[in-house]
Amino acid sequence: MHLPIRNLGVMSVSPDHNPKFASYAHPEALVSTEWLSTRLNEDNIVIVESDEDVLLYEIGHIPGAVKIDWHTDLNDPIVRDYVHGERFAEILGSKGISRDTTVVIYGDKSNWWAAYALWVFKLFGHPDVRLLDGGRDKWIAEGRDITTAKVHRAATTYPIITRDDSVQRAFREDVLAHLGQPLIDVRSPQEYSGERTHMPDYPQESALRGGHVPGAASVPWSKAAAEDGTFRAREELDAVYLEGAGLKPGDDVITYCRIGERSSHTWFVLKYLMGFETVRNYDGSWVEWGSAVRVPIVVGTEPGKL
Amino acid sequence: MTYQLPPVLSETRDDFLDLAESDRLLMLLEFSQDLPSLPEKYADHPELLERVEECQSPVYIFVEVSPESVVNVYATAPEQSPTTRGFASILVQGLSGLSVEEALGIPADFPDTLGLTKLISPLRVRGMTAMLWRIKRQIKEKSSTS
Repeated sequence: MHLPIRNLGVMSVSPDHNPKFASYAHPEALVSTEWLSTRLNEDNIVIVESDEDVLLYEIGHIPGAVKIDWHTDLNDPIVRDYVHGERFAEILGSKGISRDTTVVIYGDKSNWWAAYALWVFKLFGHPDVRLLDGGRDKWIAEGRDITTAKVHRAATTYPIITRDDSVQRAFREDVLAHLGQPLIDVRSPQEYSGERTHMPDYPQESALRGGHVPGAASVPWSKAAAEDGTFRAREELDAVYLEGAGLKPGDDVITYCRIGERSSHTWFVLKYLMGFETVRNYDGSWVEWGSAVRVPIVVGTEPGKL
Repeated sequence: MTYQLPPVLSETRDDFLDLAESDRLLMLLEFSQDLPSLPEKYADHPELLERVEECQSPVYIFVEVSPESVVNVYATAPEQSPTTRGFASILVQGLSGLSVEEALGIPADFPDTLGLTKLISPLRVRGMTAMLWRIKRQIKEKSSTS
């Protein structure tokens, strides 16, 4: 079941009316550290930490926050895919999250993994899930409380929802069918061009070929993040993605990176901050595309043609 | 003769494997807290340190090889990168004091034998593999010139 974004308008926890967010398409998808700091004990808000570093939560987290690990909690242990509805329900229930809970996710690395977790929550259509602007680093830099105390939230029953991969997610076949329409490659310029950056006897990261999907514009994910890990202001984002990458309002866009995590960050920016209605994240990303047989690849710094 | 892992590393591996999976992460956390700090002579000379590019977090290593061919390994990684610090700490503690020959003999897949891949993801463990590879490369360079 997919709940359209307009349902966010009826959420029980009021949005953060921070003036910075006002120019974003969906300001209700973000909360500030100030906003969160006064709502640590609200029953209908669950704070979730989701990091690249699997141990970071253990060395200190926002009081009351629970941990959801992208690898052990959200990925299927066998098949390269996300967990199914039963497992998702089990995990969220064990963290004390209900279907009507307002979930605020934060994490390290300017919220890469937090955005990735949010994207998976959206595959299950969780109605109200927001990101903490600036993530873990900003919270800590501001000297706000962190704790190593164990968090015990009463378990809840989360419904078993069938994951909907048709709206926010793109598979390889979808990308092939999409060629000629806008794609954003969020990896580093060296990964985009296909230049080898690794040491001579260090195996290249999983993909057999270097380069990018034909026609993809190169916009490293970090262009959307400011120094303090917050999202850049709307006009800066417009400069990067509209003027810079040539996207036009209303475009159907697919984002990708290496395994789909950094591109979740850009997916969030395009969808919630800039208001593109049709944005899909290709989580197979370069690890799949760069190893697939007979898919077109372009090498070099230009987007290239089919 | 079958290959024997040097004692500290084989003890580390056995300790990890003896634990339940959920406790292995806590042991890695303990390792991260035990990463020795850099000696002052290196702390003041960041240019001597080599960045492990394969790790997402900024981790730097430095290897010394004494005239007697004894290896010492130093590493530094941010407090806010406990997994990377834990990996560095296992290698620093496990390789320091070994002879060049013993250190170079450590199998490249040692990081995969600690029972962490399922918990941490192969991508994260790859950072440790790269760290070991870079340490061994430095040992080779430094032992051939000394």
